[in-house]
Amino acid sequence: MSKLFETLSFYLSFPFVRYAIIVGILISLCASLLGVTLVLKRFSYIGDGLSHTAFGAMAIGSVLGLTNNMIIVLPITIVCAILLLKTSQNKKINGDALIAILSVSALAIGYLLLNVFNVSSNVSGDVCTTLFGSTSILTLSSSDVWLTIGLALFVILFFIFFYNKIFAVTFDENFAKASGTKTELFNILLASIIAIVIVIAMNLVGSLLVSALVIFPALSAMRVFKSFKGVIICSGVISVLCAFFGIILSILIGTPVGATIILVDIVCFIAFFIIGKFAYRRKV
Amino acid sequence: MTQIECKNISIGYDKNAILSDLSFSIENGDYLCILGENGAGKSTLMKTILGLIPIISGKIEFENGLTKKDIGYLPQQTIVQKDFPATCYEIVISGFQNRCGLRPFYNKTEKQKTIDIMREIGIEKLKNKCFRELSGGQKQRVLLARALCSTQKILLLDEPVSGLDPKATEEMYEIIDKLNKNGITVIMISHDVSSALKYAKHILFVNSNPFFGTKEEFENSDLGKQFEKYAGGHIGGHQDE
Repeated sequence: MSKLFETLSFYLSFPFVRYAIIVGILISLCASLLGVTLVLKRFSYIGDGLSHTAFGAMAIGSVLGLTNNMIIVLPITIVCAILLLKTSQNKKINGDALIAILSVSALAIGYLLLNVFNVSSNVSGDVCTTLFGSTSILTLSSSDVWLTIGLALFVILFFIFFYNKIFAVTFDENFAKASGTKTELFNILLASIIAIVIVIAMNLVGSLLVSALVIFPALSAMRVFKSFKGVIICSGVISVLCAFFGIILSILIGTPVGATIILVDIVCFIAFFIIGKFAYRRKV
Repeated sequence: MTQIECKNISIGYDKNAILSDLSFSIENGDYLCILGENGAGKSTLMKTILGLIPIISGKIEFENGLTKKDIGYLPQQTIVQKDFPATCYEIVISGFQNRCGLRPFYNKTEKQKTIDIMREIGIEKLKNKCFRELSGGQKQRVLLARALCSTQKILLLDEPVSGLDPKATEEMYEIIDKLNKNGITVIMISHDVSSALKYAKHILFVNSNPFFGTKEEFENSDLGKQFEKYAGGHIGGHQDE
């Protein structure tokens, strides 16, 4: 045991490990905060659709030879997010079908572009990295770190500032709109924030696994807590702890960071599921 | 004093009018029941008045200082709300959202008023209870309390008693009646002709040949007599007295 701690403190003495932990925690916190809204609005899958779109955008960025992919990835993802949220309100076009169309198209086109233009010597390795996350969280440059911290703080502040509006619009959009809240503007804002979170979260866990980061903490918290505030706080805490232990674990046993974090999330969800069942039965 | 004036309006989804050339007005302190069969366009009419659905033609005017921010709406419950983790207090206070503007949090007066309104509706004991664990009647009361937070002037209620048992139904009608006597205008969609005739001042019956008039006019009309005779006071006749 003491040997474990020794190894741990050895790793923690490297600044890049500390960066990774800070960034990882902030990213998962953002994802979980918005996750509650997305799960409740029946948009769990939007994270998946958007992250695939972001993958496609990233491929375009690589082909164009951009040094910082964010310039192209962020706008494209935001536009898609707004598109998805907008059309899901329109009952004529099926929201989930649109997500499916968008995400597979982006995946296919992205992969095709990377192959055709052969930007690097190891295409399948690169693709695997973007899809499942990589050790890239450990190799973040300091500008990446600051960008992520900035975006994460922005998302958290947005969430605190609009907390009550988020509740009102999530619980009953028609009521909010009927009594004079500008729900359309608000939805566009929310979509943009979701896109930002997805894009920064891809750094941590890769585009295939982003959804897990968004929905697991929210679902776990909803098993046990009964107030909106309780669910939000609990899912934030769960997500921070899972990210922290996931990263530590992956460093100690040398597993992929993203997958390890999500494994911890899954274990946590099962635990909360059982607690929820037990607590409910006792009450009845 | 007129609050809402509807002039020759046509309503429906995607330019397909289900009701056309409808005119009526709602006075301050009025109690209007909108009756009609399923699919006749009652909810569509209410949503159009609320601005949730664009109007096809005609004009809806809010008069005498009534604005969107003075509207209290009790919608039909949605699937999202079925498993929504929220306490009653959180839901009721969200009715004040339209008054907040850019202010992020509720102030002291709003918090106090929320408690007062919950007491008035008889749900203060449910304050910290989870919404999804309430009975149908309790849920409707919570949503009514929320609507009251967002208005002191006018309530629009979309089938407030649907799915409630007879006792809860009666209690709900009593509460609404009390609010109306305190000066709040009530517009209610209902299936229940006999209760509508008991409480309402005006009746709007929507079908291909809409009727608008006072309760007495409705009772003396051919339409009103028909319902007394055939449906035993109920449209659709699926509720028991």
